[in-house]
Amino acid sequence: MGTGTQICPQTEDVAEPFCKGASCCLLPGDTAEQLLAHWGSVTLECFGVAAPESAPWCKGGGLLCDSGFGGGSALTPLSPQTVEHGFPSQPSALAYDPWLRVMAIGTKAGAVKLYGAPGVELTGLHKETATVTQLHFLTGQGWLLSLLDDNSLHLWEIYQKEGCSHLEETRSFGLPARPGSGAAPLITRVTVILPMAPGTVACLGTEGGAVYFLALPSLVLLEDKTLLQDEILQSVPDDYRCGKALGPVECIQEHPQDAGRLLIGYSRGLVVLWDQSTRTVQHLFLGNQLESLAWEHSGKNIASSHSDGGYMVWAVGGSGQRTQQPITATVPYGPFPCKAISKILWRTCESGNPFIIFSGGMPRASYGDRHCVSVLQGQRLATLDFTSRTSCGTNPAVPGLGFPLPSSLFYFLFFIQQGFENPRALVVLVEEELVVIDLQTPGWPTIPAPYLAPLHSSAITCSYHISNVPLKLWERIVSAGEQQSPRLSSAAWPINGGKNLAQEPTQRGLLLTGHEDGTVRFWDASGVSLKPLYKLGTANIFQTDCEHNDSLNQAGEEEWPPFRKVGCFDPYSDDPRLGIQKIALCKYTAKMVVAGTAGQVLVMELNDDKSEHTVSVATVDLLQDREGFTWKGHDRLAPRNGPITFTPGFQPSVLVQCVPPAAVTAITLHSEWNLVAFGTSHGFGLFDYHRRNPVLARCTLHPNDSLAMEGPLSRVKSLKKSLRQSFRRIRKSRVSGKKRLNAGSPSSKEANAQLAEQAGPPEVEMTPVQRRIEPRSADDSLSGVVRCLYFADTFLRDATHHGPTMWAGTNSGSVFAYALEVPSQEKFSERAVEAVLGKEIQLMHRAPVVAIAVLDGRGNPLPEPYEVSRDLAKAPDMQGSHSMLISSEEQFKVFTLPKVSAKTKFKLTAHEGCRVRKVALVSLASTGTEERVENCLACLTNLGDIHIFTVPALRPQVHYSCIRKEDISGIASCVFTKHGQGFYLISPSEFERFSLSARNVTEPLCCLEVSRLQDTSCLRWVRPRAPHPPWKHPVVSILASSKGAQESPGCIWFISPRSSEEVERNMRNASEDEMRPAGILIK
Amino acid sequence: MNRSFNKSQTLRYLECSAVEVKSKFGAEFRRFSLDRYKPGKFEDFYKLILHIHHIANLEVMIGYADVHGDLLPINNDDNFFKAVSSAHPLLRVFIQRQDEVDYSNFGTNTLSRKKKALVTLRNDNLRRRPHINISMPHDFRPVSSIIDVDILPETHRRVRLYRHGCEKPLGFYIRDGTSVRVTPHGLEKVPGIFISRMVPGGLAESTGLLAVNDEVLEVNGIEVAGKTLDQVTDMMIANSHNLIITVKPANQRNNIIRSSRMSGSSGQSTDSTASHHSLPTSHVLQNFHPDEMESDEEADIVIEGGLEPQHIPKLHSLTSSSLSRINGSSLSHRLQRDLVLNNNSGRESNGSIHKLLSSLKTDPRHSLVIPRGGIEEDGTVITL
Repeated sequence: MGTGTQICPQTEDVAEPFCKGASCCLLPGDTAEQLLAHWGSVTLECFGVAAPESAPWCKGGGLLCDSGFGGGSALTPLSPQTVEHGFPSQPSALAYDPWLRVMAIGTKAGAVKLYGAPGVELTGLHKETATVTQLHFLTGQGWLLSLLDDNSLHLWEIYQKEGCSHLEETRSFGLPARPGSGAAPLITRVTVILPMAPGTVACLGTEGGAVYFLALPSLVLLEDKTLLQDEILQSVPDDYRCGKALGPVECIQEHPQDAGRLLIGYSRGLVVLWDQSTRTVQHLFLGNQLESLAWEHSGKNIASSHSDGGYMVWAVGGSGQRTQQPITATVPYGPFPCKAISKILWRTCESGNPFIIFSGGMPRASYGDRHCVSVLQGQRLATLDFTSRTSCGTNPAVPGLGFPLPSSLFYFLFFIQQGFENPRALVVLVEEELVVIDLQTPGWPTIPAPYLAPLHSSAITCSYHISNVPLKLWERIVSAGEQQSPRLSSAAWPINGGKNLAQEPTQRGLLLTGHEDGTVRFWDASGVSLKPLYKLGTANIFQTDCEHNDSLNQAGEEEWPPFRKVGCFDPYSDDPRLGIQKIALCKYTAKMVVAGTAGQVLVMELNDDKSEHTVSVATVDLLQDREGFTWKGHDRLAPRNGPITFTPGFQPSVLVQCVPPAAVTAITLHSEWNLVAFGTSHGFGLFDYHRRNPVLARCTLHPNDSLAMEGPLSRVKSLKKSLRQSFRRIRKSRVSGKKRLNAGSPSSKEANAQLAEQAGPPEVEMTPVQRRIEPRSADDSLSGVVRCLYFADTFLRDATHHGPTMWAGTNSGSVFAYALEVPSQEKFSERAVEAVLGKEIQLMHRAPVVAIAVLDGRGNPLPEPYEVSRDLAKAPDMQGSHSMLISSEEQFKVFTLPKVSAKTKFKLTAHEGCRVRKVALVSLASTGTEERVENCLACLTNLGDIHIFTVPALRPQVHYSCIRKEDISGIASCVFTKHGQGFYLISPSEFERFSLSARNVTEPLCCLEVSRLQDTSCLRWVRPRAPHPPWKHPVVSILASSKGAQESPGCIWFISPRSSEEVERNMRNASEDEMRPAGILIK
Repeated sequence: MNRSFNKSQTLRYLECSAVEVKSKFGAEFRRFSLDRYKPGKFEDFYKLILHIHHIANLEVMIGYADVHGDLLPINNDDNFFKAVSSAHPLLRVFIQRQDEVDYSNFGTNTLSRKKKALVTLRNDNLRRRPHINISMPHDFRPVSSIIDVDILPETHRRVRLYRHGCEKPLGFYIRDGTSVRVTPHGLEKVPGIFISRMVPGGLAESTGLLAVNDEVLEVNGIEVAGKTLDQVTDMMIANSHNLIITVKPANQRNNIIRSSRMSGSSGQSTDSTASHHSLPTSHVLQNFHPDEMESDEEADIVIEGGLEPQHIPKLHSLTSSSLSRINGSSLSHRLQRDLVLNNNSGRESNGSIHKLLSSLKTDPRHSLVIPRGGIEEDGTVITL
């Protein structure tokens, strides 16, 4: 049953020797018997030695063999990435389909993302990595037209497969250079795209002033319809000509009532109303340098916006008219010179004055640096200011703020109702966030978005995931979040097209992100869309220079223009010391520990009520009178004196400050013992937060370590760094200089060729990068950094008595184990916790210790505190001998306890040449039965690969390549969940979610109901390409029988061809299709 | 003399199993006999010699004259047995003080042909140089070796570097480069890893087996092809305790020409030190060898704590040094002190540390296999 369904994703893995056992049983097409035989022989052959000891634990040879029995493996095949959370990096285009109620966002990296109702997400990526400059839906038809900055047009199709919608590029088009006008390619550069009403033709306005017409969806140029500037100029009187040429086409708008007439605006200021059927100019308008045009819904008026910051309203009359005077002309933010109004929209409203909405137009001198959108309805004006707080005047030098708001990043949603448009909401996409304004509620409040959250509103410094959050804690966090930001708008999320087919999440997952400004954000990570739940600030318990009393929000009534700050993107931290480094949360007791850059460790409790109390402060000296060390880094944060008011939510009770105040590098919390352990680059400490008493402090510094005392802004380090950078720059400039030599223009090429001849042979051997081969020595710098801390109830002294222990691992491969004397619950107030050093272990390879875990007698990881006493986990086996898993950057080792002797190990670096970055013990459930759960060690390496090992046998099972190895911040940000999923940052604003488990997959499965005029699904086969592997979406098969999509009338569904003949036939059809310009094929 | 000769002769005559021994120390002779077939252990023989000559407190070297008249050492069971069994008719034993041993005599025809002119000349040459005390081979430890000569192509060389203690850095650098391979499609340029620099005085340079521009093909049995410079660097460092590099030397003139072709396939020995490294299916190696091959280095040091209850510090410990005092008496300090006590003299310090460390080890298997010099620290820098 089901064998061969779980096929090894990367067949090249089969060749990887170390996972031979794993991949053998995954060979496609094997029968169960073959599979077993395969596995059996491999087990004997390769793991003959290890088999006896691991046999009781993994019957039948291991994890993946499961697929032979239960019809599903526990590991996910193919690429583990499932969905992206957060805000797309560098968005560059926006489109909305009012019929499908779906919006599309294009990015500078060439990605296209569709969003509808929460959970409805489709993603596509252009083959070319070029900026998407424009996106246009062919309304309702499930086609999307994209324009890249390389001037190529691409048609995307939403197609159905197995009940789910997918997005795929079907064909592309490049405008041919104008015949005769050879050299300048700029002439045919597309500036404007307008898909016309029936969705069969699109107009393309170009830089050269010509307008082309393109048949859709075949993307065939309708040459006879092309409208060149000469034709316009013939019917324009001399006094209407703006110089020799009209300039590029700036705007094309279709007449709202009569599709045959087009309003074409040229850059130099001429606007014509063109009748397509008669090919005549019906009306001429002449204004200033043109930026944008908008029709009034009735078609009687038009509005034009101009580069001088003004807009004009014109009356449209009968044919043959010429108008030089508009009805009104205003410069809204005049009289001083203003910046251009890059985009204008006019929407009528049943209940009153029409909305006029425009972007830009700010007074050049005073507010020229602000990115604003103005909403004007009658006398009501709101100037929505999207500029992040610090950029307004105070800090103009900060890079990344100089970007203007591109006009395309400005869209407007509306509802057509009885001749009026009644706009519901305004959607503005700015560089770092998406803002939706509710236009139907007085005051125009914002509607919180259920997705596209700007994760990076302050830079993410760490992340932490908790699975299986108890409902009670979840509700308390949600209610704390609701009290924090009451909803101003009652409107529902307007972009709600499509149907989410994904299963309801089986458990609640909480993702916590720590930020540079000292906040911790709580996100609902249970499903496809990452929803913000609650935001916790820690800055208010410290005295910082910058109080958050921004003058912006309290701007007086009399200020002109009436600015209103919108959006929450504010990446500039007042004090870098506030940054959050580590988070730990106990989901049963709602205790949380948050540690930061200045050695601050905050112990917090969840309180549903407001509270005003004093935070007790304790200081722990981690240097322990070591001589010869003086801290050269930042000062510790000064805590505020006296009682502080805290809003409902997590409220700090104790603040522990490390001395010296170096960044906290590791923390762990044991809520049952009321203990928190924390470590920095100097040592580690143990604190009893019940008695508010330090228990232990231990210095781990090596006497020769000079760098540890430098702090984050070290002069030594920065000098080293800057030297290294300048060398790199020199090397780079050499390389790029060579490149430029090849890419230069013809004239410079000649000059360069002469130069090159003088300089000698062009193949100059660059000094290669070389690496020193030297093992780590004991006195390497930063060897004392505490990398991990761990609490466990295990056997440290002898094999008969177990008790609380604490473990600490350092950068130089040392492990310290302490036996703790924790009094019973009743005596907690009377007796103090005691810690006694039990063991010190020095790993001979001296690699940094990344993680420590204790496994019980059955080889399972020990449960979390309270899990057993609350019947949420099986009690650990305290009879059998425990073992300890130490993971260093180079190898994994399992030791026996209490007598520490090596049991098994795997030397990853020695074999693979990669180093361990992140590890986690994950439990993977089989797709067949949930009961069959196996504990594995998941490991992310510095090459971005994820390896899975069995525990405690440490047998490699499988590995995936997950993150690009150049993406260092992505690798550093990775966090694993308990059940085999994980997150990492793919940009400062986006988390990629991946899944190692075939059972726990969170990926968008959705359906969009497309009403297509013609079925051209065969278009997708024009370009031969690899068909989707059948195993790509393991969950799909379960959900294949989804309803709704198939029942809707008028839809023609594409069924993927089964046989190769059918593919061929489709191909042939498609190529014939290309011959015929109309290109219509109806099945 | 006469009497004993007669006695010995009678003995030899009567029971052929007895071997007469004539032992000379300085100007003194002693005579005794040994059983030809059961000579016993070298240790006992050594004690007997010291006892007979009444030199119990001296360190001596024992040598004997073989059938050709060469002076050969007796310093283990094997050569002792050889000496006894080949004695004909009697075994002549020469005893020298350890510090007076003239090693140049060993193995040469010192006894019978000393007077020959050529030998004299050479000895004179030697004598003109300052006297260097060269110890016996067993006093050396290997720093490098060429292994698997019989199974590698002659153009390749597999070098094993033994890194003992911290005295010498490994001392080389690697870089990216391109190498030319012969493929079915002709010559092809492929990326490769090369040795780029040798640190003067480093281990790599001092062995003379690696040189700049040698192409690195394998690291501890794992092919380097397809791996980045950083990966190879990490692999080498991870294996630095027992680094086996297979290189294609840039200079191909010093290759070992082996005669195995003549002797046919039977000439392929299988018992060379690490021959299973070169099995063509390297995955077997990967799955297999960790324990057998590398346990010699992996002796992590575990120190058991006293587990005596300690004084617990009070609050407001910002200025108090109570914590430091507690932790100051930690195990590492004790260990360091012990190590210092045990460090008698330079040459022996390593051994004593190793004894100490292996006695500290909880795992008997590890304490058995721990090699001399396998631990990276010397006495003063152990930081635990």
